[in-house]
Amino acid sequence: MAIALAGLALFLVVPPFLPEWITFLLTLAWAKALAVLGIVLLLRGGLLTFGHALYYAVGAYTAGFAVKFLGVHDGLVVLVLAVVTGAAASALLGLLLARYRGMHFGLLNLAFSMVLYAILLKFYAVTGGTDGLRLPTPLLAGVKPAAAHLRLTIYYVTVVLTALLLYVAYRFTASPLGYTLRAVRDNEVRVEYMGASVRQAIYCSYIVAGVLASVGGVLAGFSVGHIVPEVSFWTQSGEFVFVALLGGTGSVLAPVAGSIVFEFVRNYAFKYSPYTWQMTLGLVLLIIIFFLPGGLWSLTGMVRRWIR
Amino acid sequence: MDPVGAVLETVGLTKFFGMVRAAEDLSLRFQEGELVGIVGPNGSGKTTLLNMITGYVKPDRGRIRFQGKDITGLLPRAVADLGIARSFQMPQLYLSLSVLENLVLALAIRAGRARGFWTPLVRVDRLDDARRILVQFGLEEHASHDAGQLPEGARKLLDVALSFARRPRILLMDEPTSGVSARDKSKVMDTLVPVLKGTGVTTIFVEHDMEVVERYAERVLAFDEGKVVASGSPDAVLADPAVRRALLGRP
Repeated sequence: MAIALAGLALFLVVPPFLPEWITFLLTLAWAKALAVLGIVLLLRGGLLTFGHALYYAVGAYTAGFAVKFLGVHDGLVVLVLAVVTGAAASALLGLLLARYRGMHFGLLNLAFSMVLYAILLKFYAVTGGTDGLRLPTPLLAGVKPAAAHLRLTIYYVTVVLTALLLYVAYRFTASPLGYTLRAVRDNEVRVEYMGASVRQAIYCSYIVAGVLASVGGVLAGFSVGHIVPEVSFWTQSGEFVFVALLGGTGSVLAPVAGSIVFEFVRNYAFKYSPYTWQMTLGLVLLIIIFFLPGGLWSLTGMVRRWIR
Repeated sequence: MDPVGAVLETVGLTKFFGMVRAAEDLSLRFQEGELVGIVGPNGSGKTTLLNMITGYVKPDRGRIRFQGKDITGLLPRAVADLGIARSFQMPQLYLSLSVLENLVLALAIRAGRARGFWTPLVRVDRLDDARRILVQFGLEEHASHDAGQLPEGARKLLDVALSFARRPRILLMDEPTSGVSARDKSKVMDTLVPVLKGTGVTTIFVEHDMEVVERYAERVLAFDEGKVVASGSPDAVLADPAVRRALLGRP
């Protein structure tokens, strides 16, 4: 906990001294880490979803629609709305999905996310189709952030909110429900015989994961200022799974570490080899799988053992 | 039908798996606090009886009553909540959790906290309770080990301990000593039996090892092809020629 707070302090103190593009990358990384965190929580229950961008898109388009149709310009109000829509969407689909495991769970999620993608693409009048929707600079509790500090303001809102949700996720993992979810991965039969409902545990966790991704979608949307249907495309879900494996599932902080490393690796890979950057990412993942099967987070365990 | 005296009762319980008869017209009564052993060859319906009582398998016909209440057709979860717990032939543990966490989770679920997502699972009072149970089952040295790393005897004990942590009125044990070396079998039973007798829980255990049944059971039911072929004191049942033929293939 002390180390986590020290790390957070570092992310709060240093950015004003960094170039703006780095602040932007960090904002994106923190925002996307929430969607990855959702995947990591489900992975602890042995569930791998290939469609989690669905909820990321629900969040992003909640912001888009709130601005376009409801005239809501306050970012904090939008965030509350996104919690509601994310919870509603995952509560609805969860009714069906909590019955499935393994490949079926993964691919049904993928299917739903692609259905949303198609809707976002085709209902041009509402969604703006491939053009997407513009997200103007949000107000914060009624105050318009100064243009000179816009990037930094969005960065701080993102980091603080994400940090708060990381704490919520941490409480979740240490709670009876969090442990029941791990128990579900280990042995569903035993969980039922002990008097707990496997389906309820999965359902509740699925909603938590959906809300996290939805908030992540809002934060990423505002930091980019523009949203497109690709936020729900399967490659976006694949990216989240990639980052989840990169970071590891050992801690709720792992998605942040994975997400930051991913954004910078991709950025540099694209800069130095614009035609083969995917190959660079693939190699990175191969190296991680071969040498750090527990993800980057397992490095912390090595350091801890080494210090002792 | 008089429910008084029998804590658990089956009436005409019948179950076929295709052509295989796992239970036919089983009417059994179990008294409060007794320790009953069930013997019988493979496929004679011993485990199916446990599966039917706990709601894992639905009987084709017949009723199951627990404390006079009909529990036929309830889900395993509901049966567990009423106070019937079971352990398994192959220990069913949460292998990636520590022994202590396995037990603490069982205690939290019993307390109805399985859906709590904010207060931590591991609390001082639950830890104390869990440690007490570990001591009773002789598992305290393994408290911090992952359940996946335990030796077989300890796994069997933890499997029973998890069910015991629910403080059931009835405990069903499916071959508590199977997979344990001959030397350790009596160690497992010597640990289990005093704990179970101390709480007055009604215990029904399926067992293949005749010596174990003879030494520990107060009453024995011998199964063959879904029927009880003999019941009574261990000595009498195990001396019965029909039982010996069914179990050992010789009179």
